[in-house]
This record gives sequence, C-alpha cells and structure tokens, in this order.
Amino acid sequence: MTRSDGSIGIYFHVPFCASKCPYCDFYSHCDPALLPAYADAVIREAHTLSGCRDFTDADVFDRRIESVYFGGGTPSLLSIAQIGGMLSAVSNRFSLAPDAEITLEVNPSLQDKQAFFDGAAAAGVNRVSIGLQSAVDTERRALGRRSGAEAAADCVKAAKNAGVTDVSLDLMIGIPHQTRQTLLESLDFALSLDITHLSAYILKTEPGTVFYKRRETLGLPDDDTLADYYLLMCEHLKNRGMRHYEISNFCFDGRVGRHNMRYWQNGAYLGFGPSAHSYYNGRRFFYADDLQAFLDGKPCTDEGAGGTAEEIMMLSLRTDAGLDLRDFARQFDLQLPDGFTKQLSRLQTGGLLAYCDGVIRLTDRGMLLSNAVIVSLQSALFNE
Amino acid sequence: MKQENIRNFSIIAHIDHGKSTLADRLLELTNAVSRRDMQQQLLDNMDIEKERGITIKARAVTLYYKADTGETYELNLIDTPGHVDFNYEVSRSLAACEGAVLIVDATQGVEAQTLGNTYLALDHDLELVPVINKIDLPAADPDRVCADIEEIIGLDCENAPRISAKTGENVAEVLERIVELVPCPEGDDDAPLRALVFDSVYDNYKGVIVYVRMMDGTLKAGETMRFMASGAEFTVVEVGRMAALSLVPCVELKSGEVGYITASIKSVVDARVGDTVTKAENPAAKPLPGYKKVNPMVFCGVYPADGADYEALREALEKLQLNDASLSFEPETSGALGFGYRCGFLGLLHLEIIEERLEREYDLDLVTTVPSVVYKIYLSDGTMKEIDNPTNYPDPALISYVEEPVTDAHIYSPPEYVGAIMDLCQDRRGVFQNMDYISADRVDIHYILPLNEIIYDFFDALKSRTRGYASFDYELKGYEKSNLVKLDVLLNGDLIDALSFIIHAEKAYPRARKIAEKLKDNIPRQMFEIPVQVAIGGKVIARETIKAMRKDVLAKCYGGDITRKKKLLEKQKEGKKRMRRFGTVEVPQEAFMAVLKLDDQV
Repeated sequence: MTRSDGSIGIYFHVPFCASKCPYCDFYSHCDPALLPAYADAVIREAHTLSGCRDFTDADVFDRRIESVYFGGGTPSLLSIAQIGGMLSAVSNRFSLAPDAEITLEVNPSLQDKQAFFDGAAAAGVNRVSIGLQSAVDTERRALGRRSGAEAAADCVKAAKNAGVTDVSLDLMIGIPHQTRQTLLESLDFALSLDITHLSAYILKTEPGTVFYKRRETLGLPDDDTLADYYLLMCEHLKNRGMRHYEISNFCFDGRVGRHNMRYWQNGAYLGFGPSAHSYYNGRRFFYADDLQAFLDGKPCTDEGAGGTAEEIMMLSLRTDAGLDLRDFARQFDLQLPDGFTKQLSRLQTGGLLAYCDGVIRLTDRGMLLSNAVIVSLQSALFNE
Repeated sequence: MKQENIRNFSIIAHIDHGKSTLADRLLELTNAVSRRDMQQQLLDNMDIEKERGITIKARAVTLYYKADTGETYELNLIDTPGHVDFNYEVSRSLAACEGAVLIVDATQGVEAQTLGNTYLALDHDLELVPVINKIDLPAADPDRVCADIEEIIGLDCENAPRISAKTGENVAEVLERIVELVPCPEGDDDAPLRALVFDSVYDNYKGVIVYVRMMDGTLKAGETMRFMASGAEFTVVEVGRMAALSLVPCVELKSGEVGYITASIKSVVDARVGDTVTKAENPAAKPLPGYKKVNPMVFCGVYPADGADYEALREALEKLQLNDASLSFEPETSGALGFGYRCGFLGLLHLEIIEERLEREYDLDLVTTVPSVVYKIYLSDGTMKEIDNPTNYPDPALISYVEEPVTDAHIYSPPEYVGAIMDLCQDRRGVFQNMDYISADRVDIHYILPLNEIIYDFFDALKSRTRGYASFDYELKGYEKSNLVKLDVLLNGDLIDALSFIIHAEKAYPRARKIAEKLKDNIPRQMFEIPVQVAIGGKVIARETIKAMRKDVLAKCYGGDITRKKKLLEKQKEGKKRMRRFGTVEVPQEAFMAVLKLDDQV
C-alpha cells in the first residue's frame, strides 16, 4: 500500500497562465516573457539538483523514474521544444522507466491542438489532463474560463489521434449557480468523450482569491447541497463503470493517475519549479513560490520529516485501497487503543467507514467528511 | 488629641453622586496629600474600583483641619462601599462614626441609595451633613434638590454647602460644617477596651491590618488583644493612624480615635468586620452591638477554561480571600467543566468583581456557571436541605416543597416609567406591595422580589427600561415557598451538569426552548446528528437537533504539498482540543458562554 520500491516521480511546476482564474490559489505568473528563462532554469535544476542538493544524494540518479508530471499553472503554454527539453533533462540525467507515465496538464484554449499533441506525444507525453471544469458555458465563464466545451472535446480527439493513451478531464463541483441538472450535463458530456480518467474537485474558496472575497454573493452552493452533488456524482460515475479510487478521482479499467497515486502512497518524488514540493529519503522540502528566486537559483526549504503515521493515515484513507491497520500498526509499532476501536465502530455504524479484513476504507459519505473522520481517528489513536 | 476636637464621619451617597471625588478634595484641602501625589480618587486603590467608579472596600484616613475659629481638628474620614452587596460593611463603617456627609447630585436629586444610606445612617443615630454636589453642571438644580431633601428626608438644607467636588468650588465649607455639626466622640479612656473593627486588610509584610474605631479604653503595642466574636487572641505589634499615603505608627490609641492595629494575624477571617476588639486582661463585659457574620447569597461554579490552570485558580482565590472574608469557595467537579470551585458571593456585583479580578490580576480565563441562590428544600421525610448548586438538587419525587429567598425591593423612578417597571417586576415574579410619591417627580415602588430573579440581569433590564433614571435597592426579607423545578440539559442523551439550573416552574418552558435553541446555534455540526434536550426530571420539555455535518474534505490533495494538508488537519485538531468533550459530543466554550451568559434571558 505504501511504496518502498525505490522508484521516484518527477513533478514540473509550470507557473504561467494566460490569465489567473478567480478561484485558483496555485502559484502562477501571467507574464509569458519569462517562460524561456523559466524553462532554462528548470532544466538546469533537473540537471544539477543544485536547489535540492542538501536533500538528495548521488543515488538519486539511479532511482527508477516511474512518472513525470507537468502541472501548473498552464503547462500547455510551454512550447514543444521546451517540453522536449525538460523531458530530455529527465531521461538523460535520471533512469526514466520505459513505461513511465508522462502527464501534461492542458488548457483547452490551446491553439493548433493536433500539432501540439503530436509534438508532445513525440516528446514522450502519454497522458494528458484537460481542464474542462464544466460543460456549461455560463459555469465555465463564472470560473474565468474562456474556451467552449467543444475545445475540450477537440483536445481529447487530438490527443487520442496523436497516440496519447490516457486522457483525463478535470471537472468541478460547487461552481456558482450549479444545479443537479448542470452537474449531470457536465458528467455526461465528459463520459461521451473518449477518456480514461476523470478528476472532479469540490470548489473551495481559498483566502487570497477573488472568489474568496466575493464568496457571500457568488451564488455558491452550500455545504449540504455540495454533499448532495458529490454523492450524486459518485453514484452516476460508478453506474457508468468508473472506479472511484480517490476522493476526487475516477477511472476506467484501472487507469489510475500513477503520479498522483504516488503522493497518496507515500512514494518519493522530486518537484522542480517555484512552489514545487519534493519528498525524498523521508524528508519534505520545496522551492519558494517565487519565480525570480527560482531563476536566481535559491535553494529549497526544509519541511521536515514525512511519512509519519499521521500522514500515512491521512493519505491512505483518501484512496479506495484504504488503510491496512495491521501493516500500519506494525510499521509504526502501535497498539491500537480501545478508544480507537470504539471510534471505528461508531464510524462504521454511522456509514462513514467500511472495515473489512483489517483494512479500513472511507465510504463516499465518509470521504465527504474525511477531515473530521481522520482527525477523530488520529485523536483516538494518539489519545489526544 | 482631646475628644472634643475629634470628628469621625463617613460620606454617603447614591452611586456616582461624587463621593470619591469629594474625598479627594478633602484630602487636598487638608494637605493630607499633595496635588502632585494625587491620583484620582485616592481612596479607591483598586483598578476595577476606578473603572467602575465605585468603592468596594472601605478605607479610612485621618485629616487635620484648622477651622475658621483657629482650632485644629482631627477629622477621621471613613469611606464606605457604595453598593448594596456590601451593605453590612457600610453599616459597620457608619457605626464607627458620629456623623455622615450626605452627598446629593444637583442634577439627579434623591435616589434609591441616597435614601437607603440615609436610613442606615439614621439607624446609627448619625448627624447628617447634607451637601449638594455637581453644581458646575448645566443641568444642576440645587434649589429643587434641596427642596427634595427637605421634603423626602426631612433634613434642613438651608445651609447645605453647594459644591463642585470636581472643580473644588465651596469644598472648604464642607469641612466647616463637619466641625460644626458632627458631635465629638464621648468615650471613656478608663473603661475596658472596646474597639469596633470596621475593615480589615491583608498585607504581605504586616499580616492583617485591622482598622478600628476606639469606643472605650486604650491600646498599645505589646498588649494582648482579643476578638470577642472569634475569641482569637494576638499580641499587638503596632498601633497607629492612617495618613493618606501611609500608615503612621503611634504609641497608643485612645478612645474616640480611629486607627489601625497589626498583630501578625494571618487571615482576615480572624478579624472580621463588625467584631469588637478588647484586651485579654480586663476584657469588656459585652461586645459592641451589631456584629454578624455575613453569609454569601449568590453562588456559582468558577472553572478555569484551561484545566491546567486549576491550581493557579486556587491560589488566586486564596489570595483574594485573604482580603475578603465574605468570599467563600470550595472545590467542585463538573463532568462538563472539569475541576473548579463553587464560590459564594455577597451579591452579583461582588461576583463580577471577583471574576474580573481573577481574570485581570491573575490572568485566568474562566467559565462560570449560572449564579444560584440558596434554596431550602423540604423533603418528604421531614428534613430540610439547603442547596446552592443545582447538581445537588434532590429527586423531585423526594421533595415535599421548596423555599427560595425573597427580597424587599424598592425602586425609585420618575413617574413616567412606573408602567415599564411594574411590567418588569411582574415578569420577575414580583409581588406588588405599595407605591409612594415621595415627591412630584419621584415614585417609590415597593415589591417583594425573589432573589433569584434579580441576581442575573435585573439591574440592567431596569436601566434599559427606564433610560437609566430608575434606581434600585433591596434587602433580604426571608424565605418563601415557591414552585421551583430543576432544568437539565442533555446532549446526545448525556446530562451536562454545568448547564443545570433551578427555575420557577412557570418559566421553565420558554427558558428550556431558548437554551435548546442557543445550544443548537452554538454547537458546530459534527459527524453525526446530535439531539439537544432540556428536561425536568425525566421529562423532556424542549428539543432541538444539531444536524450532522455533511462536508469536511480537502478535495484537492495533489501537487505534492502534503505538509499544507497536514497542517490544515492539525489546525482542526487544535480546534477540537479547545472544545469540551461529552461522550461523543464536542462543545466549544462559546456554546457554554452563550447559555450561561447573563443577558438575553427569558
């Protein structure tokens, strides 16, 4: 359940966007003039590991790279040459597995779609994640998205044509003025396309965003409504044959997002780019969310030890694999106290958790309450 | 000083009529303290007193005044607490005097405590010196106020000084009138010692400082003194007089004088206000009249918000008690609030002051339960039980009947508010006695009011209904049979002891509904539905449901920033720790406060 095969993943954070979406609090810039400098810097970092020198060892280059992920920001603002350069840096320097999953996040507003996907596929990209968010124009506009739903459909087609094997769409629940009807419309639109994977995030208004400031007047669905939408979505996608393998992720035929799974399975990864996070040899560290500092070669900051019992519990319970209590207790040399068992049975009776053969998993309702459930379990476990 | 040149006096007034300000001016005028050293209202030396503008503990000071005749007089000013909670202390201070300056605000006239204090002073046969204060204010109407005093109190005001204690105008006249009107003491130095304790204060270095008025006899350091009520004996270490800023030791205190005694006394409990000091050798045959041990009338549980502060709370209470014999406390345990103390107070103001001092001077965060009075519960087996804690309320099936304390309450108000006041009193289960027009624009409304109806927020309600024009005075009358019930609060079926309280049956239903609503509004939704019930005995009379929380999830957990997610959960855990847990329910402090808070009650 947790990964200890020595493999690692690589994440590139591409902090550029054509415009900032009003709900997004990820680190990004809107000045494309710095893109070339960024690409150079990130390639340099991947080559030299100078920013994360304090946290890595010579061994890192022999580790098997099982996934590469271009996230953002808007990685599709990169040119094919830049994508190729970044991937070459990985394949030249590290031991990139032949079957590695190489994912690129794509904004559907992309021009010359076929040429782009052909180039990306040729460079090695074999999985794309397309930010549809909603199939309903008014909802996409509310999110600051300018292209139409067809643009996303065109992206799926072009990617498939180019030979990309895995295609994922991003959807959102909790968009201003969203209804059951429009949610189902978006789900059915996504399902009508040739996709292998779907991510559906509940919109959260983060401090510092435009949405946060206007949250009272935006017409955001309340928590009870959101909960209903979420359960409706889970039901609907399962009925169409999708596996609900993580709180916000669904797939066909076992085609999970391997890179993201790595995060939830306590696997190692190196992140490059401003605000990119890494986890290697049990330590967590990150580049500051400051493009200029990154260009200047400012080293990573330590975030302390990872892979603690709390983390493992928090991450495992996000997935349908759940948490194997026997392994967990053994790994951390824990005695599960009575209070913990009692809490488990309360959660089970309440329909938030399933307990089977020593493995606990959250139900769909439990996933909706995962914070409270996890906190209650941790409190019971550590007698807090 | 020979007794003929001694004047012992108090200043009495309604709250805010300028008592402390006048005291300050008298100190300045007699050079007892220089202007530079003059903190405002020197006699009130606690912060809270200064802020609230009330004097809590009596103090005394000796002034030397050269009168117009050229004679020098020793004037002993004995300050009195200005609130009804401290009536007994007031009465002891007055008993130490031959006269009292009665201050009346020239803008407000005679108020409830003006009368209350006047009657107290007359009970002690004091000569009254009326003074009209605040003549500098535009709204001042000294002629009308003088007419009021003459009419209501029957005191000749023709020569009453009209002053402004604030500006100092005409204040010297007050000193002249004191010398002229207040009789000198007539003690007998040769008689056995009898000295009245009118205050006692704990001092870190000297032990208890006992403030006394020498009635008969003399006292010197080295002699053995005896408190006649407590029987405790001590060797006198020091005697002296009170200057404004310090204690001044002297060789001997003589009859008629006011002074202090120290004798390495560890606790004010041994030197209670009202007790009589005599000598072990040749003791007085009888103590001075009027001593009583004051009993707390209002009780509540005081708990540290953080359980770790329990010891600190005990130490703070012990320190406060060193100086306040009327504060009582004993440990109690609440399932809801953990370890704390059941504290007894003279009244609600006393409670508030202690609470505030604990929070401010000792930096404690407190949760206090609903104040309770002492109920007499007569059981079917013929026995009687006094309880001040709802937790100890017996099974209703065992109760024959219950008595609660009632008060004689007088409200003085302009006539236009009589309707509003009667509504309020009616609402507080008051029984109307009578109503007198004490002057054309002042009515005295007399009610019998249950004490438990006035300890919460009666005074606030009265002020808001009369725009602050009404004043209020009460005294305990006795116990009366009453139809009382105990309300219990249950969360998810578990009894929350700290929220139980005793209430009149007629009010139980609306109050129960209100409590259930407040809890529902103040307890955050949790993973499971929580029933909130309010019950009498086993019978639920109000119910609300806190719906289960539906969504509490970090939907997006990727980009590899695990630490941020972890921190969010840790924050959530911290939040949980600040809540009190009952079985399966977590209740934030605010929810208790919302229910326990004194305002907004049905």
